[in-house]
Order: sequence, then structure tokens, then C-alpha cells
Amino acid sequence: MNTGLNFSAPLLRVEGVTLQYQTGQRLIRAAYRVSFSVLRSDRFVILGPSGCGKSTILKAVGGYVEPIEGRILLDGTAVNSPGPDRVFVFQEFDQLLPWKTVRENIVFALMAGRRLQRGDALERAGHFLAKVNLTNFADSHPHTLSGGMKQRVAIARALAMEPRMLLMDEPFAALDALTRVRMQEELLELWEETKSTILFVTHSIPEAIRLGNRILLLSAHPGQVKAELNCPGPTESEGVARILAARIEELLFDRKVEEGGVHA
Amino acid sequence: MPDRSETIHQVSENAFEVIERPVSAWERFYANAALRKMVLLLVLAAIWEISARWIGKPLLFPSLSETLEAFVASAGPLSQAAAWTIVLLLKGYTLGLLLAIVLTAIANVTRIGADLLETLTSMFNPLPSIALVPIALIWFTDNENGLIFVLVHAVLWAVALNTYAGFRGVSPTLRMVGRNYGLSTVGYITRILIPGAFPSILTGLKIGWAFAWRTFIASEMVFGSSGGKGGLGRYINDQSNLNHISDVFAGLLTVILFGLAVENLIFKTVEKRTVRRWGMEA
Repeated sequence: MNTGLNFSAPLLRVEGVTLQYQTGQRLIRAAYRVSFSVLRSDRFVILGPSGCGKSTILKAVGGYVEPIEGRILLDGTAVNSPGPDRVFVFQEFDQLLPWKTVRENIVFALMAGRRLQRGDALERAGHFLAKVNLTNFADSHPHTLSGGMKQRVAIARALAMEPRMLLMDEPFAALDALTRVRMQEELLELWEETKSTILFVTHSIPEAIRLGNRILLLSAHPGQVKAELNCPGPTESEGVARILAARIEELLFDRKVEEGGVHA
Repeated sequence: MPDRSETIHQVSENAFEVIERPVSAWERFYANAALRKMVLLLVLAAIWEISARWIGKPLLFPSLSETLEAFVASAGPLSQAAAWTIVLLLKGYTLGLLLAIVLTAIANVTRIGADLLETLTSMFNPLPSIALVPIALIWFTDNENGLIFVLVHAVLWAVALNTYAGFRGVSPTLRMVGRNYGLSTVGYITRILIPGAFPSILTGLKIGWAFAWRTFIASEMVFGSSGGKGGLGRYINDQSNLNHISDVFAGLLTVILFGLAVENLIFKTVEKRTVRRWGMEA
């Protein structure tokens, strides 16, 4: 039976995208002719130094920024505005609505745009809050939570919306190192359950290696694709990860790469 | 080097339980803001009473008990004056709010609207409403409409300025989250922008109320008496002309009581249920 969907085709295609934004008098080019494809259930990481336009690329996929060249296709349809099929998780802790409790934050996201009835929304909110171990805090207001808990709520909210893609803009960057590692583990566990497609932006090489199955390396000013690498995943040995990290560093800092690994 | 052994402890699983401690009566009293303020008011009342008796010139400075006597004796005319004041005040306040909403809405939709709001507020916000009373006297033959005109001026700019600043202050992250949900434009404004700007809006409402209340009492005195009706300002002015000083004080006391009630009962309650609960206090 032909469902009209080709599951081996990429979910997201970014083709030759150039992005610019204006600050005062100056026009800044954030990304130059960037192309990549994200497959279903990918944990696709965009990695690069600050100023490489990685957040702007994510915002373009989210529909907040329009490319001046090239196109962005989600399932073959051009992206032109924000929508609940691509849900953002931001770095900032103020991404939860402060006037709603944790539970109501998720319920509101599910009911906005009339996609779910209240009863179903409440049930699904409870389910995803349990997944991120925050059932006890369902009726708290966001300002009473720690940074890590707020990010967990934001992730639960995003997953509950069941988007076609999860767009994560350095969601753990403002957390302390211990919490960050735990959140990375939890995200991988959630991914094992849901197999959601994740597009993840970070400037941390260890984070990219820990979370990604595919890594897009960008150079800075403006962002251009330097490399697209496969990542062995978190189950692989420490040694493999270390070799990959060294390779990424060489690529980012323009050192010579030798075939078959790295000589430190 | 000192020889120090390493230690590893078994951590309790239920260290999170609540630790209870008896609270003394004094602590309970001191934690209650309303009670603290009541005591403060009683002390101030006592100081008034004692100092007035000590000065002993009831025709210039009546004591609290004399003022309360006058208050009870002229409860009829006082409550009539107060009712007249409140009704007219609410009319002017509501009209000012509606105009402020319209102006802020236009300012949010178009750039020229924003320019208009900024220009108008910078022109009229520093202009004391009392300064408009002479014009109001000429333009409006009806006292009530003249007072409403002055009131609107007192409320409009403070509320519009604060609401507009509140909308602009909603964080870019919250805006992006709101747009991510697929809300309609109306939904986006009512469910993201207005709650996000609520702390500033509430400040605007409070400032607007204070301006309106002061302006009203003051301009009533200038409008003078035409026809039998009048408010608290008129009442105070009339009693002063008649040399009924304790009645003047009773009128002033009424003005103060209303101010206290609105601030502590209405605005404090709204604040407690909204911005304080949300952790959004400015």
C-alpha cells in the first residue's frame, strides 16, 4: 500500500541556505550556503563556535527567520512560519509561561490551536511529567523550580506536543556541569522511548559526541559547513569518542587531519 | 602530611520530609502583614488623639474622637458625597482605561501608532490634570462631564505608557514560545502578551488610580457648586467655608479610608493572586 510517505527520504532538507540579519546599520551574514539532511529519528547535532550561525539556522528551521537564498523543506513542504510541528526547546529558563503551573504550561501548549481536548491534554501532560520525574511539582509555578527542572519541563512540554521535529537550542548550556550530564543521559533515555527526530545545537564537543548520531561541523563568520560526521553513539567505548573529539578539534581549528585517526 | 582517612556515608532516602517546629504567638503575629499594619494604624491614631488634646484648639485641629463624632453625625451627607465621587471616578477611570487600550493596541500594530503614543505621552504625561480644569470649565457646561474629561487625562497616559512598556518588555523567548504554539493573533495577544506584560499593566492601573483619585478631589473643589450634587472634594470645601473644621477632617478621613481600602483590599489582592504567585514582581 502506498501511503504517500517515503520513510527512507529525509524528514528535513536544508538546501543551500544563506541567512542574514540586521543589527542597526549593519547587515550580518550568519550562514552561507549551508546544506544538510536530517533523517527520521536522527539525533542530528549542529556543532560550531559562537558566531557560526548555528542558532540562526535552527531558527530558520523553526520558521522564525527567512533564508535569503536556498530553501528548507520539511517532508517536501517549504517551511515559512513557526508551527507546533517543530517545537523549540530554548537555552533560556524563561521559556515557561510564569503565570501557569508546570502542568498548565503543558496543557496550554497542547490545547493552543485547538489540537486536544482538555481531558486528553491533562492526561498526556501527566504522562510526560512522570517521564521527566516531575509529577510532584505539577502544581508548582515555574519560578519555584531549579534551572534543571525548568529545562525538564520544557522538554516534557515539547515531547508532549509530539512534533515532527524537536529543535533544541543549547538547552543545557546554562546548567551546572553535574546537572548537564544527567540531563544528557535523560534525553537519551527519552529518545530511546520516543525515537523523536532531534535537531540539537551546541558549542560543546563532548555534548555533541554524547548526544548525536550525526554531527554537522560549522566554521564561523559566516557559518559554512566544514564537515558532516557520523557519531558512534553513547554506547561506544571511551576511546572511540576521544578519537572523534580530536578529529573534530582538528577540523574546527584547521589543523591537518590524517587518514585513519589522530596522533596526539 | 597528616594521615586522613577517606569516609563514605550512607545517605538517608527520606531526608526530604518536613521538619515541624512550634511557632510562637509573637512569630505568628509578626508574620502577618495586615496585623502589623493595623497596630501601626492604631498607634498613629493614638498619637493624633493625644497631640490634638494636648494642643487643645479643636477649631484648628480636632482630635480623632471629635472627627469620628462628626463622621457619624454627618454620615448621611458624607456617604452621599462619597457615592457621587466613586461613581463619577469609576466612569472616568473606565473611559481612560478604554482609551488607553485602544491607543496601546494601535501602537502595537503599527509603527506610526507607536510614534503617536510616544509623542502624546511625552507631551501630556508631564502636564498636571489640574492644569486642564480651567479649559474643562469653559468647554463643559455640565460639571460631571468636565470632571470626567480631567479624569481621563489623569488616567490615560499613565496606563497607556505602562501597558506599552509592558508589551515591549515581554522577553523574546516567551514571544517565540507563543508563536511556536500555533496561536491565532488574538490568542497570542490575550494569552501571551497581556499576561506577560501584566506586572507593568498592574503598575499602570495603580498609578492611574492614584492620579485619578487626587485629581478628582482637587478639581471638585475648583468646579465649585452648581446644582445640589457634589462629591467629597466639594464637601470638604463647603465645610471649610462654614468653619466646620471637624467635618473637614471627617471628609479628609473618608478620602484616606477609601485610598487605604482600594490599595490594601483591591490592588494587594490582585497582586497576591497574580504577579506574586507567578514570581513576576518587578
